[in-house]
Amino acid sequence: MTKKMITNRVAFLDKKVPLYASILGIAGVLIVWEIICSLHIVSPLFLPAPTAIVTTGWDMLLSGEIVKNLVPSLYRIGVGYLIGSVVGIVVGLLLGFSKWADAIGTPIVYSIYPIPKIALLPLFVLWLGIGELSKVTIISLGVFFPVVINTYSGVKNVDPILIKAAVTFGSNHLNVIRKVILPGSLPMIFAGLKLAAGTSLLLLVAAEMIAAQSGIGSMVLHYGNLMITTKLMVGVLVLSLLGLAFNRFLQWVENRLLPWK
Amino acid sequence: MRIVIDNVGKKFKKSKKEETTALEDINFTIHEKEFVVLVGPSGCGKSTLLNIVGGLLSPSSGSIYFEDMEDEKREPTVSIVFQEIALFPWRTVYQNVIYGLEEKKMSKQDQMEKGNYYIDMVGLSEFKHAYPKQLSGGMKQRVGIGRALAVEPDLLLMDEPFSALDAQTRTLMQEELLTIWNRTQLSTLYVTHNIEEAVYLADRVIVLSRHPGRIKEIIPIDLPKMGRGDAQYRAQFDDYAEQIWQLIRQDAVDALKE
Repeated sequence: MTKKMITNRVAFLDKKVPLYASILGIAGVLIVWEIICSLHIVSPLFLPAPTAIVTTGWDMLLSGEIVKNLVPSLYRIGVGYLIGSVVGIVVGLLLGFSKWADAIGTPIVYSIYPIPKIALLPLFVLWLGIGELSKVTIISLGVFFPVVINTYSGVKNVDPILIKAAVTFGSNHLNVIRKVILPGSLPMIFAGLKLAAGTSLLLLVAAEMIAAQSGIGSMVLHYGNLMITTKLMVGVLVLSLLGLAFNRFLQWVENRLLPWK
Repeated sequence: MRIVIDNVGKKFKKSKKEETTALEDINFTIHEKEFVVLVGPSGCGKSTLLNIVGGLLSPSSGSIYFEDMEDEKREPTVSIVFQEIALFPWRTVYQNVIYGLEEKKMSKQDQMEKGNYYIDMVGLSEFKHAYPKQLSGGMKQRVGIGRALAVEPDLLLMDEPFSALDAQTRTLMQEELLTIWNRTQLSTLYVTHNIEEAVYLADRVIVLSRHPGRIKEIIPIDLPKMGRGDAQYRAQFDDYAEQIWQLIRQDAVDALKE
């Protein structure tokens, strides 16, 4: 009598990949990049070596050039993001709570939303001057839309059974908003805030490239014009680290505020 | 004290001209410390009726009122255990249970005493500080029951509270509910489509028909409150279940065809 064994035919679904695989990928790209540069296959003018970028970056950090450009950038993105998100949350809540505000405001929001915000920068420069105000405004505006739309749908998507439960256990209108709708829409609000972080970085760089004397964006453009590619890449590196830090920070705040998720 | 459901009817607008009658001529009284179970096939309007009694839906005709309250000045308290459980996910077990007490503006001290007492009653002391997502279905509904009991309501409404649970958990929860009910002795209106559950829990079973939902029959269950599952009552228990099933059967068959 021969045995016909039955084996798990979906074992490949559970197959584990070791942790070093993801590090291997990045390290691989960097090593290949370095080799290409050291063999002079590509001119360093077009593609500086990773080691060159890091050492140049270190020098620029020591000379204070990075800090000099980073501070105004942080100021613009910080103020712009703060104003945009606060106004976005407040307006989103209003649109969500009040049927009148919803009927009047929502069509306005949705008709302005599709405009690529950077197209409005020349207009803002005309209205508000070439200084900080026009840049902060464009960032606020870019942050405002994803936040307002997410907050609005967060409020609208709170499970009605939870509102019924709250009313059953004695909540008045105000407490329904405070104790049910606000915490219930918080996850969606955070999704909007994270989405807006990317938008704000994009607008920061674009605005600084169009109209600024300082800032990481203007630094990148400046070295691009001078064809000093290594320093340009340092600027790009700083921006990507900035984006990473921003995301990590928001994730940290979310974990603190939403332990129940 | 008693709760009177007086000539309640409910019509829903289907479209501009069409109307469906969900409930018609519903008359019954829930006495103090009485456990009344509404049972009927799907679509008989039993949940609609429970929502009307709970003040979450207005009747098209008739009314519901409390009579002979001991304290005439006090507003009666009604609490609900929901089929969907409806716990606040951002609140811990303890915070969920004391929700109604917070809204009653009870002092923190009293909230803590009552909260702990009822959490202990539903057997969740160990999980006091857990969030709902960390709990199993059966434990979640215990929190739902704890929250409803904590306000010490004049009328407790339960809308198919165990229908989302698996059969074994369900049996255990029914036993536990009886034990809890014996300690609190609250006037209760309980909705289910499960006939055994109705016979197991009820002082009186109200059988509803469908299209429109009407009271088909009211059956008092003449068995001791505890231990109905015991072998000695098996024959009587089965007779009650069979009697109710015969009343519902045709409606249930019709419901299947829709």
